[in-house]
Amino acid sequence: MLTKKPRTRATEADRETAMDLVFRALADRTRRKLLDLLYAENGQSLGELCQYLDMARQSATQHLEVLEAANLVSTARRGRHKLHFINPVPLHDFYERWVRKFEVNRLTFLGDLKTVAEGKKT
Amino acid sequence: MTRVVTKFIYVTYIAASREKVWEAITDADVSRRYWAQSNVSTWRPGALWEHVRPDGAAVIAGQVIESDRPNRLVLTWAFPTDVPDEAQASIVAFDLETVGTMTRLTVTHDELEEGSDMIRRISQGWPRVLSSLKSFLETGTPLDTWADSEPRRPASK
Repeated sequence: MLTKKPRTRATEADRETAMDLVFRALADRTRRKLLDLLYAENGQSLGELCQYLDMARQSATQHLEVLEAANLVSTARRGRHKLHFINPVPLHDFYERWVRKFEVNRLTFLGDLKTVAEGKKT
Repeated sequence: MTRVVTKFIYVTYIAASREKVWEAITDADVSRRYWAQSNVSTWRPGALWEHVRPDGAAVIAGQVIESDRPNRLVLTWAFPTDVPDEAQASIVAFDLETVGTMTRLTVTHDELEEGSDMIRRISQGWPRVLSSLKSFLETGTPLDTWADSEPRRPASK
């Protein structure tokens, strides 16, 4: 809510910084592809992900690190493998802030339109 | 028959202490504020816990496996009708770590059966719940957690 004052300035700055990292991470087609791959099959190793990417393992690792820094990917170890998991929570924060409020406004607008249109009939 | 299981890991950073985050997960009144349903238990290992709708019906239930306030909470997680059958239960672990002034909350939902109704529901549920929890603890205002979600499974009690 824009009308609601955040509890502290630091919190607001932290949220903006976190959002910067998300946008930066998403502004790259390889990283979006990595998210698609993890969405299709969660918990893949670097080796598994590299099968679908036309690049050196080292480059793929760097892309995964950017996604991890943005909290879009989390990892867990299984034996000697590091598995990657898509973390959709920041995407949901993004959705709440940049998508849903506009959908709500559109619905309100349609509601108003209906009221006006139906009012004219009488 | 092999039961093919999978897991999901959800992470969120919240500008609040671990104690506050722990309370938000385990206190019936606080959890209702941002989750729209209450988590109810004594939270002692071995105790039962329930995820309860405002009308009193349990929609999820299980057992407390590990409870180390404010670091780690592990629960079994199943539809109440499936609770007697332990093989049906999935496992949820909440890990709370302090990172600077924030708490890093990791929710690991494991032992989920591939293609199950539960997977569909929790993949829709956890991002909403964790976004709402973050908003609630940081600004005092939860999100409309279940807006536009598919109808909930009928509760059994």
